[in-house]
Amino acid sequence: MENKNEKKEGLLYLEDGSVYKGHGFGFPGTRVGELVFNTSMTGYQKILTDPSYKGQVITMTYPLVGNYGISDIDNESGSVHAFGLVVKDLCQEPSNSRSIKNLDKWLQEQETPGVWGVDTRKITKKIRTEGTVKCVISNEGISMEEARTLCGETQLRGDWMKTVSTPERTTLGSGGKYKVAVLDFGVKTNILKSLLSRGCQLELFPYGASAKEIMASDPDGIFLTNGPGDPEEAREAIEETAILLRDADVPIFGICMGHQILALAAGGKTYKLKYGHRGGNHGVYDKETKRSYITSQNHGYAVKMESIMLKGMEVTHLNLNDGTVEGMEHRDLPIFSVQFHPEASPGPNDSAYLFDKFVNLMKGGEEHA
Amino acid sequence: MPRKASLNKLLIIGSGPIIIGQAAEFDYAGTQACKAIREEGIETILVNSNPATIMTDQGIADKVYMEPLTEEAMEQILEKERPDGILAGFGGQTGLNLAMALEEKGVLGKYGMRLLGVNRESIEQAEDREAFKNLMQQIGEPIPPSVIATNIEECYQFVKVIGYPVIIRPAYTLGGTGGGVATNDRELELLCQRGIENSAINQILLEKSVAGWKEIEYEVIRDGRDNCIIVCSMENLDPVGVHTGDSIVVAPTQTLRDEEYQMLRDSAVKIIRSLKIEGGCNVQFALDPDTGDYIVIEVNPRVSRSSALASKAAGYPIAKIAAKIALGYSLDELKNYVTQETSACFEPVLDYCVVKFPKWPFDKFRTVSRKLGTQMKATGEVMSICRTFESALLKALTSVEIKCDGLRIPFVSNLNNEQLMEKLAACDDERIFCVAEALRRNLIDVEGLYDMLRIDRWFLKKIKGIIELEQRLQTQPLTKELLYEAESRGFTDTEILNMSGVSREVLQDIRIYHDIFPVYKMVDTCGGEFDAATPYYYSCYDDEDEVEVSPEEKILVIGSGPIRIGQGIEFDYCCVQGVWAIKDMGYEAIIMNNNPETVSTDFDTSDKLYFESLHIDNVMNVVKKERPYGVILQFGGQTSLNLAEKLSSRSINILGTPYKYIDLAEDREKFCALLDEIGISVPAGLAVTTQEEAFSAVEKLGYPLVVRPSYVIGGRAMQVVYSDVELKRYLKEAVSISTEHPVLIDTYIQGKEIEVDAIADGEDVLIPGIMEHIERTGVHSGDSVSVYPNFTISKEVEDTLVDYTKRIAKALNIIGLVNIQYAYDGKKIYVIEVNPRASRTVPILSKVTKVPMVKLAVAAMLGHKLRDSQYGTGLYKKMDYYAVKVPVFSNAKLTNMDMALGPEMKSTGEVLGIDQDLNKAIYKGFLAAGTKIPTRGSVFVTLRNPDKNVATAKIVKRYQQLGFHIYASEGTGAFLKATGVDADIIDYSKAKEMIGEEINMLINTPKVANRPESDTFPIRRKAIERGLPVMTCVDTAAAFVIAINLKKHGTELEYGTL
Repeated sequence: MENKNEKKEGLLYLEDGSVYKGHGFGFPGTRVGELVFNTSMTGYQKILTDPSYKGQVITMTYPLVGNYGISDIDNESGSVHAFGLVVKDLCQEPSNSRSIKNLDKWLQEQETPGVWGVDTRKITKKIRTEGTVKCVISNEGISMEEARTLCGETQLRGDWMKTVSTPERTTLGSGGKYKVAVLDFGVKTNILKSLLSRGCQLELFPYGASAKEIMASDPDGIFLTNGPGDPEEAREAIEETAILLRDADVPIFGICMGHQILALAAGGKTYKLKYGHRGGNHGVYDKETKRSYITSQNHGYAVKMESIMLKGMEVTHLNLNDGTVEGMEHRDLPIFSVQFHPEASPGPNDSAYLFDKFVNLMKGGEEHA
Repeated sequence: MPRKASLNKLLIIGSGPIIIGQAAEFDYAGTQACKAIREEGIETILVNSNPATIMTDQGIADKVYMEPLTEEAMEQILEKERPDGILAGFGGQTGLNLAMALEEKGVLGKYGMRLLGVNRESIEQAEDREAFKNLMQQIGEPIPPSVIATNIEECYQFVKVIGYPVIIRPAYTLGGTGGGVATNDRELELLCQRGIENSAINQILLEKSVAGWKEIEYEVIRDGRDNCIIVCSMENLDPVGVHTGDSIVVAPTQTLRDEEYQMLRDSAVKIIRSLKIEGGCNVQFALDPDTGDYIVIEVNPRVSRSSALASKAAGYPIAKIAAKIALGYSLDELKNYVTQETSACFEPVLDYCVVKFPKWPFDKFRTVSRKLGTQMKATGEVMSICRTFESALLKALTSVEIKCDGLRIPFVSNLNNEQLMEKLAACDDERIFCVAEALRRNLIDVEGLYDMLRIDRWFLKKIKGIIELEQRLQTQPLTKELLYEAESRGFTDTEILNMSGVSREVLQDIRIYHDIFPVYKMVDTCGGEFDAATPYYYSCYDDEDEVEVSPEEKILVIGSGPIRIGQGIEFDYCCVQGVWAIKDMGYEAIIMNNNPETVSTDFDTSDKLYFESLHIDNVMNVVKKERPYGVILQFGGQTSLNLAEKLSSRSINILGTPYKYIDLAEDREKFCALLDEIGISVPAGLAVTTQEEAFSAVEKLGYPLVVRPSYVIGGRAMQVVYSDVELKRYLKEAVSISTEHPVLIDTYIQGKEIEVDAIADGEDVLIPGIMEHIERTGVHSGDSVSVYPNFTISKEVEDTLVDYTKRIAKALNIIGLVNIQYAYDGKKIYVIEVNPRASRTVPILSKVTKVPMVKLAVAAMLGHKLRDSQYGTGLYKKMDYYAVKVPVFSNAKLTNMDMALGPEMKSTGEVLGIDQDLNKAIYKGFLAAGTKIPTRGSVFVTLRNPDKNVATAKIVKRYQQLGFHIYASEGTGAFLKATGVDADIIDYSKAKEMIGEEINMLINTPKVANRPESDTFPIRRKAIERGLPVMTCVDTAAAFVIAINLKKHGTELEYGTL
């Protein structure tokens, strides 16, 4: 069958010493990262190019991966950010009119190693019971000893957001109705598209941009993006955001890491979830509309509920499965954020209305002025 | 928004008899709905005429009306019960149509009852073509150019603008009845005419054909707060053009990019919102593989066959949730029943691939075209689950019981190249095998196949991969890696042995030494993200086994597989009852089955569910895993019983009647010898292997004779022959006679057919009731109208039947259920057949006599004695009412099918008419079967010679007395006149012309059935297509005239519960 990589062994070594042997594919290499799983049944290309996965090795729970190949329109950024991909059954001969190459070839180009033919459900259950774990993914024939040593030696980084942000200030969408300052921690293309299509002109700021600089751009609104890593490590961003919260008199909207940074800037706290939420199927309850939405999710950290309630914030959205905070809003100011991904990509588009909300807030501000 | 407090009593409409397009899935949905409502403390009333269902059993609803699903019956029941609301969305099209009719009539308004879940407006908007089109245009959803037509001129006009091909879809029909694709004027005329006639509102939709596009389905649920979820997406392997019920379907979608998936998801959500459905809904799309454009094909505003499949595929109980939503709950207030921790407001994710494969009745209906199109022909389906597509597909093939061990069947393998390519293009039920064979022979490549069939390249490449693996097995040594690969791609042992040429011992050794055995994984709705408690498993070749084998004593029940003619939902009833009984007796009940439509495969029916092929490999793997105390084979019909030999030879404990005696009952020769020993008669008969032997048998036995191949189910290829000519033709055409396949020739005992079901414990028997057939012998028991209790035979005959049954049970060492068919010619009783298993009549008798037959059978298997039960032994007391079982046929679905009754079963379902008065019970039976009962008009009578007798003349006379004008064919007319019945003689072509006009009923007993070229076949077909009653047996005609008489005199019927 799809045995073109059969000779090349694939290895997944976990910090606790457990080993999964399969076949290798993609770029021949070895990486150390945080092993997570994603339950989306479609969208592997979008997932792999989502900068929020920087530093992570992704296990797809859906077993058949690669079916519709790789297109030139499904990238969420310029390259693959995940450190590795683990699948049950790799499809080498994709079928879709948009497909330009197969997943294997693409990952070779993108210098990302893959392992297939392992029990991904077993791995998922392990992560579920023991939590996210450090791992070594390799498909270039390293020994178990080597993997163990490498795993022990490597310190995982938590400040990936600093590496995937735009290197310099960039303007997107000239002549837009609303000027939005985007604090980039590793933004997904579809967030930018969602704002641009609603008549926004975007000014992307690199990680660490000062509040002063941001405010000097005279934005109608400020947007905090998604991004990888531990939000607490984004110290500079938290500090500057705190200033923005205090001084910028414009609507602020944050997604995912943007939401966490807002919470931290407001004086709240974040914590690491046991194994995170990654997929496109979680129900989120909107307390205001009393409605529930199916959401796209990708986060390993969450905001502590009680920590923000004392800081002028109201919890607006709750995860229906585990009751974690999925969204918050300032009691008085036009500041709100969500943990999930209204830009979808991949995942359901149900909550795209939040972008409208942001634009409406900016519109409201305009009317005020 | 918790449940509406005003609801204290609700009525659920069932779907009635099983027909093609509306099958067991509604028993599953209805049972779930009843349970979901009842557990809320709401009094639950069920109306359903189908006695084979679980839902009509005691304990599912508070009150069950096993009554006809007619407006009159419903009106009376509603008046009596005054429920607060009605749930119509669980009874298929039947339920919706009935609810609509009641609403229109003002019945619901009169009593202030509401339709819950779907309202009239939603139903109309979804089902009325024009309304649907308008709605889609309003919300900006793409639909193909189309026109609503009520006459042929409008159709021509449309085609002039749009061109061919066009699809024809009648409004308000089941399973696409009367639809099709027209590519020229002739086809257009034919299909449009038929479509207009078949539509309940004489309306058809003509639309531009998108045949060849991908067909994608979404199962959506919406609650009263407008929250929506997709439970499951599905992709049809067969592109648009083949009815989804006849397509191989895969879940989830495989070839859609996220953007495409979300585009269709958005559309599905938008549609259910615009229809304001509170509950489940199915949306079908066509997606252009080249441009990514899509159109909405169809919406079903209710739970459906697809939703049953989606429920099983995703582990999400759609009907249960839909019922809760109808009560007022919102999705986020409900729990995920599988994880029991997380919310029901989420979208299930699969970490496996699901394949559905249809089960077609072409083995029974040899005259019916095998070509697949927009009209559904399958009677049932199987589902399989695995971690690769290849293994899911191959497992499905071994589940569907067409005797294949891999992607090949002998018929296709034996075709020459030219025939193969021709068949490949024909788009019939065996296309998948042709695809494989063509690739195997290298006649065509994937691109060529794609151009020809438009099956997505992804599927074609996967099939090609299977062929390449076959070739590797043939050419490479069987290493552990190769074996593991073949196993993980779903190859059966038989296939691996045949391909690799290694011996079974070697294979077994590689397996054991390298530990290559399947593991079991759980269907948990969440891809492993959360801990789940559902005991719902499937096998695969992977690393971790998730099954925890409990220390309890276990009993494994083998299910009955896909629904087919002759093996329907009644066996699922028995399996489910069996599981419940096993639990009651303190054992752990495990079930294995592969039918997604059924209650037995609901995850909360048994203690453990293995959703598996019933191939011996798969059964043995489960046995090896669970090591049950015993296996029960007698509830799953012939499917499970056929495993008896294999399990017995592997020394597995078969509970109930031992294999030796099962074999004895099925081996004609041994069986006759045994009955001879105990002094019971069987019709004289011989097994012959050549034509010469056949004719020498005729000399001994004399005509008429019953002929059939040995070892058959449901009377397949069985026929009554009256002459040498017929016998010769039978031996030549119907069966391929040979030493391996002998033909059985028996004296045809003309007389009364009587059916006895009994429970035996090795010492005593309990006979809950005796059923007497209306039709004389020669009509398959599944197709005859039969009556409980017996009503014509003497006490003496009855006593003899009881005595015979006891003796046979004893001689055959029956433990558990047995079904015996007797013939009584007025002098002597003969045994026609003994089935050492559950039968079609078990659910009927269990319900009408209230004797829990399956439970007693399980008790007997576990060593309990009947004499210790409250039901005692011998013949159970007769109830003070009659129950008349009337068969229901799916005639209209299958063009070119001959519905003439004979020894070969043709019906797909049945109904029960119950009343204290026998005539009224008969009347109710025909009403429930949906037979049009004319009270005036003309009957065309044409009889075969054996029926031209005084008794028949009396029956025809009765029609005349009731005011019917009699037309007859020449010979029949002459005979009738001679017996004093006036008849106008007309020829066949005239008769055909007059059908549907002056003639509104047929009494036609054909010489020979299943021959489309015979002179009366077109007449029967036309009458069937016009929905007119056709009596092909004089006894049925005699019973039918009773119903006519009652109707004509406006007899009031009383509808009640048992």
